[in-house]
Amino acid sequence: MIELQHINKTFQLGDQTVHALDDVSLLIDKGEYISVMGPSGSGKSTLLNVLGLLDQPNDGHYLLEGTDTTQLSEPERARYRRDHIGFVFQSYHLVNRLNARENIELPLVLAGIPPKERAPRVDEMLQRLSLTPRADHLPNQLSGGQRQRVAIGRAIIMKPQILLADEPTGNLDSKSGADVIELLEELNQQQGITLLIVTHDAAVGQRAHRRIRMVDGRIDTDKNGA
Amino acid sequence: MRTADLLRFDFQVLNRHRFRALMMLIAMSIGVAAVNLLTGLGEGAKAFVLGEFSMLGKNTLIMLPGKKETSGGMPPMMGAAPRDITLQDAEAMRRLSGVVQIAPLIVGMSEVSYGSRNREVMIAGTTASYFSIRQLSIRQGTALPEVPSDVASPVCVIGWKVKQEIFGERPALGQWLKAGDRRFRVVGIMDAKGQALGMDMNDLMLIPVASAQALFNQEGLFRVMIEVQSADMVKKTKQRVIDTMKLRHEGDEDVTVITQDSILAAFNKILDTMTLAVGGIGAISLLVAGILIMNVTLIAVTQRTKEIGLLKAIGATDRDVLQIFLTEATLMAVLGALLGVILSETALFIGRVIFPDIGFHTPPWAMVMSVVIAIVTSVLFAWGPSRRAARMEPVNALQGRN
Ligand SMILES: Nc1ncnc2c1ncn2[C@@H]1O[C@H](COP(=O)(O)OP(=O)(O)OP(=O)(O)O)[C@@H](O)[C@H]1O
Ligand SMILES: [Mg+2]
Repeated sequence: MIELQHINKTFQLGDQTVHALDDVSLLIDKGEYISVMGPSGSGKSTLLNVLGLLDQPNDGHYLLEGTDTTQLSEPERARYRRDHIGFVFQSYHLVNRLNARENIELPLVLAGIPPKERAPRVDEMLQRLSLTPRADHLPNQLSGGQRQRVAIGRAIIMKPQILLADEPTGNLDSKSGADVIELLEELNQQQGITLLIVTHDAAVGQRAHRRIRMVDGRIDTDKNGA
Repeated sequence: MRTADLLRFDFQVLNRHRFRALMMLIAMSIGVAAVNLLTGLGEGAKAFVLGEFSMLGKNTLIMLPGKKETSGGMPPMMGAAPRDITLQDAEAMRRLSGVVQIAPLIVGMSEVSYGSRNREVMIAGTTASYFSIRQLSIRQGTALPEVPSDVASPVCVIGWKVKQEIFGERPALGQWLKAGDRRFRVVGIMDAKGQALGMDMNDLMLIPVASAQALFNQEGLFRVMIEVQSADMVKKTKQRVIDTMKLRHEGDEDVTVITQDSILAAFNKILDTMTLAVGGIGAISLLVAGILIMNVTLIAVTQRTKEIGLLKAIGATDRDVLQIFLTEATLMAVLGALLGVILSETALFIGRVIFPDIGFHTPPWAMVMSVVIAIVTSVLFAWGPSRRAARMEPVNALQGRN
């Protein structure tokens, strides 16, 4: 359902060309649980951004459920991001002036879903994330783990098939980090959401069924099974 | 995005950046208020002047001594001493064809006393015709007697205010007033009537013109009011008046004849210039507000780069982002314009309370235009930065690069 064909992504740094993704091809099935590891600067985030349609490759093709996303117009790409992809960032990226409930609700608001329909969905999400008592708290009134849970709630409120997490535990202590991983795995197991986690934490990386290791913009190893 | 959600989202932004929003609101409202206030003042002045002169009536000519070159405009204030207009001159006007009636006028100030009360009162020497030309109504008693204009008689008609201030609640009719060194018997009291031609009819004392000549020791007339049969005869009659006066004054054209139209035309010219100046001031202040909005939007876009990235990451299109920022600017403009209108309306209301005679009102077109221009300027100026925000690549925006 996800297919990358010969994806290249370069950045120009002064007179130097950085090959962030170097002829990457990858096939991902629905419901897979994949970790992406590798040294800093190896292109993990770039890979995730391309998969999340946040960034466009220089060349190659990216097929999402049979659609070549490299051919899509800007609004169509936005629609795909909204309906098919959830993103979780290391630094949460919550909107500071909005409380937990409003942050989770944001994708529904952007999608133009009527308030009456939104409310029960957000309530259910808060419940599920054990954030109900924190619903009215602003991000700066929440702990790191709670913030990341809000961010995950926001990422999955539109019921995407793919969840991309770029170092989701990078800013968390081990306890909250473990909670977040547990939550992500639960989503993968119970809802069959395709999960990709970029991490520097070997322990976290080892938990995935499929482990991709990147080096210098290339997929170095791609291991399946335990 | 639904409109209600869009508005709520932007209100939350404005609430979060209250100071910035307030600054923008103030700038915008000052621009709008300036336009409304200035046009309101201009319109008030215009209405006041028009009101004053339309009381004159369309078929009335006013002749005054001295020659003013341009048609209309104000009578000369100084220059070569013109020949006086005499009572005989005025009487000659009465005989011209097209003239219904005339009223000579001499004006001066004098101390008027009754018993121990006294005050300075404006005194106008005229004839009975003046009452019908100016459509003055009598509250009590009679108008000035219908006698030849060169006959002096010790009678007067007083305005309502003069009556109140000199007699209070006591009856005034038949009482003798002292004006200067002469005595006048009150034969009539005028009804309350507003200001006209710079004379407050309530604060006036009318006496026969010959008596005024003696009281002020002055032969020449201040004005001669000439009522013409109909409005379309005004122009012809005016020329006749001038020609006749020229003949009577050995060929010198040394009087000015003004008509309502000529005065109104002159005032309109002044007021149009004023309106233009007002428009200029308004345009400049709105431009300033527009530039401020542009800068603020630019700052907002820069400060909120990551938020824009996030919105895009969760499905916002370029159009959504553009809409969010343009709506924010429009909201500011609408709120600012509203505040400006409230400000100017309040100021004009206070103006009307202080000067009840002058109707300070912003014309509806000016109000609508100022609000429309405010909104258009905001959207126009916010467009550039908003589009920049809309076009940012999500990944760059998320990392705070723009
Ligand atoms: N916008 C950019 N401009 C220039 N170079 C960039 C840009 N984004 C990424 N790069 C470069 O591309 C390469 C891959 O970056 P990427 O962020 O994908 O690495 P990463 O594997 O996620 O690293 P880390 O583990 O530190 O997050 C790096 O050399 C990086 O410097
Ligand atoms: Mg990275």
